[in-house]
Amino acid sequence: MSVNSGAARAARDVAIVSLCRRPNAGGDDRPRFAYPGRVPALHAFANPARFLKIARPLTPIMFWAGVVLIAVGCWAGLTQTPADYLQGETVRILYIHVPAAWLGMGGWSSIAISSIVFLVWRHPLAMIAARAIAAPGAIFAALCLITGAIWGRPTWGTWWQWDGRLTSMLLLFFVYLGFIALAQADRERDGDGRIPALYGIAGTVLLPVIRYSVVWWNTLHQGPSIGLTGSSIDRSLLWPLPIVLAGFSFFFGAVVLMRMRTMLAREKAEARLRRRARA
Amino acid sequence: MLVLLGLGAIAAAALLALSGLRDQAAFFYAPADVAGNVPPPDKAVRLGGMVERGSLKRAADGVSIDFVVTDGKATTPVRFSGIAPDLFREGSGVVAEGHFRRDASFVATNLLAKHDEKYMPPQMAGKMHETRTLEEQR
Repeated sequence: MSVNSGAARAARDVAIVSLCRRPNAGGDDRPRFAYPGRVPALHAFANPARFLKIARPLTPIMFWAGVVLIAVGCWAGLTQTPADYLQGETVRILYIHVPAAWLGMGGWSSIAISSIVFLVWRHPLAMIAARAIAAPGAIFAALCLITGAIWGRPTWGTWWQWDGRLTSMLLLFFVYLGFIALAQADRERDGDGRIPALYGIAGTVLLPVIRYSVVWWNTLHQGPSIGLTGSSIDRSLLWPLPIVLAGFSFFFGAVVLMRMRTMLAREKAEARLRRRARA
Repeated sequence: MLVLLGLGAIAAAALLALSGLRDQAAFFYAPADVAGNVPPPDKAVRLGGMVERGSLKRAADGVSIDFVVTDGKATTPVRFSGIAPDLFREGSGVVAEGHFRRDASFVATNLLAKHDEKYMPPQMAGKMHETRTLEEQR
């Protein structure tokens, strides 16, 4: 498939513009699904028009749900829980640090899933999703590193050490930056998105390394507190954590939806401009 | 097909890299790791473990402390001059940066406190908590 040829690009433009149109709005005779490649089975769920119809009302719901839950969770974590027996009040940074780590890693999992969907079904919406997730994912990974440093100084006695957990998380942050640059370059050169998608899958090897770094190697960072079978954080300190986790996740989802809608609008505008220039 | 091949290659590369890193990526030596094979004095290393209860003594010069680091299998005596982090205490985890002497004792130039993954309010600490950071890992 020669993607950079004019014909392929024109076909893709038609596909994006017609996909962005509301279903059955006005009878035109242009082919509605002219996207080059196989017609995917998941098409019904991945149609941008349908996506926008769901995303428009969902964005403010997720945003405000996130803001309210974050506010409640932080209030609870700052005022309603006891201090830790060893670390004292310092432990409260947990309620930001853990959600940041969760979303930094969860963001990359979502990029990987989007990349697989994109490579298998060739649907442009999946690549748009991956690109939309990358920036907030990178920001949360950075937030995890920053809050970790602030937490490490009073407890461990150091801002930073090159131990397995800290180093692998820093690598994930750099991998995010690489994905953002690669996806941007691919888009500017009218690439077909395959290279950033492969990169998105390749980066996944870091996730188990981050998770198990504290088990495999001697590290300064303590072992995992939360596993499948339970938690070694006492109930009285733990309960605000699910609230902030849900809150930051909703907020993350809202940001991703906003970015996806912006990207779709931009693609649509660019495709229309190109078509007009050719006419 | 290409995707599957690519995924396989990535997984294989990751496994290779991890097996190569297995021993090299450790942040510190535990006393049992260096027993009988002490790194030379000119090599900067980190020693990690639990500060043995009852082993912490302040030296006569007022700024140095002596304590014993244990991992449950072996012990190493450590001397440190300087300011220890707040969380440094007996029965808790520590990572000491410095070097070994010929007699297998350790001279620390910096101390890092290592805490474990348990968090609880102070009222529960005495009853339920027993700090076992390193023993549990091994």
